Amino acid sequence: MIKEYKTLSDVAGPIIIVDGLDGCSYGELVEIFLPDGSVRHGEVLKAEEHKALVQMFEGTENLNIHSTRIRFSGKPSEIKLSPDIIGRVFSGLGKPIDDGEEIIAQEIRTTMGDPINPYARDYPSEFIQTGISGIDGLNTLVRGQKLPIFSGAGLPHNELALQIARQAKVLKKSDQFAVVFGAMGVTFDESNEFVSSLRESGAIERSVLFINLANDPVIERLAVPKYALTTAEYLAFDLGYHVLVILTDMTNYCEALREVSAARKEIPGRRGYPGYMYTDLATIYERCGRIKNKSGSITMMPILSMPDDDKTHPIPDLTGYITEGQIFVSRSLYAKGYYPAIDVLPSLSRLKDKGIGKDKTREDHPNLMNQLFSAYAHGREVQELAVILGESALSDIDQLYIRFADEFEQRYVKQNRREDRTITETLDLGWELLQILPETEMTRVRDEFIERYYRKGGR
Amino acid sequence: MSNEKQQGRIVSISGPLIVAEDLPQAHMMEVVRIGNEKLFGEIIELHKNLVYIQCYEETTGLRPGETVTSSGVPLSVTLGPGIIGAIYDGVQRPLDTIYKSHGDYIARGIDVDPLDYSKKWDFHPLVKDGDIVKEGEKIGWVEETPTIKHYIMMPPGRSGTIESIQEGSFTVKEPVATVTEKGISQPVTMLQIWPVRTKRPFAKRIVPTQPLITGQRVIDMFFPVAEGGTACVPGPFGSGKTVIQHQLAKWASADMIVYVGCGERGNEMTDVLMEFPHLKDPKTGRSLMERTILIANTSNMPVAAREASVYSGITIAEYFRDMGYNVAIMADSTSRWAEAMREISGRLEEMPGEEGYPAYLSSRVAGFYERSGKVQTLGGSEGSLSVIGAVSPPGGDLSEPVVQATLRVVKVFWSLEASLAYARHFPAINWLNSYSLYSNLTDAYFKDTIDTLWPTYRIQAMSLLQKENELNEIVRLVGTDALSESEKLVMEISKSIREDFLHQNAFDDIDTFTSGRKQFYMIQNILSLYTESLLRIRAHKTLKVSDIMDLPVRASIARVKYQPEENIEKCNLTTHIKEALDKLTSTLEESND
Repeated sequence: MIKEYKTLSDVAGPIIIVDGLDGCSYGELVEIFLPDGSVRHGEVLKAEEHKALVQMFEGTENLNIHSTRIRFSGKPSEIKLSPDIIGRVFSGLGKPIDDGEEIIAQEIRTTMGDPINPYARDYPSEFIQTGISGIDGLNTLVRGQKLPIFSGAGLPHNELALQIARQAKVLKKSDQFAVVFGAMGVTFDESNEFVSSLRESGAIERSVLFINLANDPVIERLAVPKYALTTAEYLAFDLGYHVLVILTDMTNYCEALREVSAARKEIPGRRGYPGYMYTDLATIYERCGRIKNKSGSITMMPILSMPDDDKTHPIPDLTGYITEGQIFVSRSLYAKGYYPAIDVLPSLSRLKDKGIGKDKTREDHPNLMNQLFSAYAHGREVQELAVILGESALSDIDQLYIRFADEFEQRYVKQNRREDRTITETLDLGWELLQILPETEMTRVRDEFIERYYRKGGR
Repeated sequence: MSNEKQQGRIVSISGPLIVAEDLPQAHMMEVVRIGNEKLFGEIIELHKNLVYIQCYEETTGLRPGETVTSSGVPLSVTLGPGIIGAIYDGVQRPLDTIYKSHGDYIARGIDVDPLDYSKKWDFHPLVKDGDIVKEGEKIGWVEETPTIKHYIMMPPGRSGTIESIQEGSFTVKEPVATVTEKGISQPVTMLQIWPVRTKRPFAKRIVPTQPLITGQRVIDMFFPVAEGGTACVPGPFGSGKTVIQHQLAKWASADMIVYVGCGERGNEMTDVLMEFPHLKDPKTGRSLMERTILIANTSNMPVAAREASVYSGITIAEYFRDMGYNVAIMADSTSRWAEAMREISGRLEEMPGEEGYPAYLSSRVAGFYERSGKVQTLGGSEGSLSVIGAVSPPGGDLSEPVVQATLRVVKVFWSLEASLAYARHFPAINWLNSYSLYSNLTDAYFKDTIDTLWPTYRIQAMSLLQKENELNEIVRLVGTDALSESEKLVMEISKSIREDFLHQNAFDDIDTFTSGRKQFYMIQNILSLYTESLLRIRAHKTLKVSDIMDLPVRASIARVKYQPEENIEKCNLTTHIKEALDKLTSTLEESND
């Protein structure tokens, strides 16, 4: 039911109001024809009998009340899908921007996505080896998990995400693997870094990219995750791929959300972000996971740069409440030159417990992990104390803890950008480092593992 | 309320808020079906000819002009045999049935029965023909699971003389009895329908006396919650709220558990669904799923249904309380519920209170927690309903409105701290700012059932931890060398209380649950090491705390947590401790000689 109107009545920010309608539906897609012949897109935010509030995706610049035509499509936003999308690059609204041909659709889906029935979910428990000790050993990633990278301006989060995309594998399996990459408001350089790195490693052949650059319309950013995830769902649950979705930068997405909310004159929640931001983010993040009796999976790594490295800022805060853990990139570790600079203490993988241990990684993994955490946490505490009191005022055992913390950062956390450590290497390295501490300090380890691993020094 | 069904039409749609007109008989809180897809909604405001509706489903595609059909009844839950072990969404639609009929995703406009209306249950009467029964009285039971007898009660508001009642096999909709009241005889079925926003009636409230045993050491020993009590668990993300809620759902000594996943992660609900059937109830040895009901309204499911989910949960819990059971409800997380209220309030363009939350936030929160309590039921038995709510304050800031509104009504506060979580000290309950107003009440119980020393040990251990906190200040300024040997002992013993007693690994087969008796032995070991060492340090000037801490018995104390409950007697190390210390002091004396 396509209908066209010339009855635009108000324009404010990215919002327009169309009057004198013959009815429209909530969430339907709208095309706006400008006098100069260009076409823009929008979505109905509020549907009344003879009036519609429309959010414009490409902004309202040059819009004119009298000579703009508005066409109501009668349908919500959709994406054309087929196996040919793999290896292609699209705009934030799903238009090819790689000089390739239009996609001939085998399947057309709305991008909203229905919630997965919790009863239909399968619990993620397959260990993914990323080759990065700070993740594999202590904050283990599993298939179907959503694990964001919390970072800040000037930190190596993109390199880390790319290294994970290159190296991620499931032990003893050779499955179809795909990367869906959604860029929101990133600079050309950043986007280029991703594209060229994916191209270099050949990964582009199994990637789908949705790119909205910093100078592209702000509102288009809101569409990127929906298109990316609808694609991911198609690849994972229809075609059986194991999909890794990387979304960067969620901070830009949330700012776009705030911009639209302000234009709609909604009551703001914390720091001007809309009250429904939690729900909105949840509808993105919760689309990943595993489904019973389906071979594919969606694993998600959103990247977000924390404004002023503040993790209590609403964006990282709400994200942390939805995602299954987080990887913190630390400015102080990076300043020391310790790439990938993962701050393991505040980092967390909530699903690790089901993905590690006997038959998954190795029997000693859970105990070792707890021991490393508690030893490093104590080491860091003592380090702070040493700053005030001087190292000589510390007890002998505490001095050992300082040495442990230092070596842990230098050898365990720090690794090469191309270094792909196996899980056995990571675990053995952990035991090797624990040798610095006496056996009496191994309070988180069961006797049998002390016998089998600690006393052998990780060899 | 009229049961007449009416039809109106949609005027406008904005997200989950729909305005309709031409429904003159509409009542507040009445359930309606919206549009061609028959989406589920509830009336939340009336303005002359206009009706404001919150829709429990995604509204994309709805058009003004489509019809709205009223149902004549408020949002209700359906109660009866078949409810245990179920998994529902926020408005009691069974997710397992939806999965079978509609596939992996939750489509819109699904209308499925909350209970299986075709299943036959073996009904056993408890009363006979001619008996006079009052409202809420048990008239019979069915064995719903081997753990739980599902009692069939007279519905609230109905009483009279039993005209006929028969044993046999019935569906929930078939009458099992006929009851005459004032000359009118009416059938009684096993089904009750109750509006979720109205509390179920009871005879009177009683003061709680029994603790809810959780098997979690920091809770049972230091911050216990009573059967019929209220507790809240606020904490920043990653501090382990959900793990605590899961642990309570697994091990708490309640007869029935209602677990409400309100606006949280889908995988967490899957975790419960996959794990609980394989876990054993420590009391009965049966599968935990046989005493559990799940309400799962995950964060990506419609926000209005999230708002309703905690009410659906607590109404189901009250129903089992009315049968005389001890019921516990876990709501994870009440912040998501509050945010759902805020979102709907914002769409209604109500005047916002603090941080955009509606001004009625605190009265709603208080109203919810007040539905807890130990009661004498209408039928004359005693039942209790404990409420444990998780709160997810933004940035872990406890001064925000939801935490503050909650703290005003709950009696137990388990304060979760990020710094403890970072050090992987779980449960990350801060022992210095948490509190429980039930300790005195429950001390009496533990004195009777475990040991008269229970309260003494609790106070002693807590004062050691307080002392440690003070000493830490000194250490931070001048270092450990400034401490005397007895102060060093306090530091070491407190460390032992923290690491060997308070720290508890939820993912370890043995450590996940600790009985009251074992908890007692564990704290007794640590405290007797303290008392005995202190005596000897005072007597022998040359005795060093570090020598005591190097004793192998110290490591044994730490490992007691991994001692299975079957070997409970091996957990008592007091004689070992004395022997080890005696040996140490005698070698000291020899070397002095």
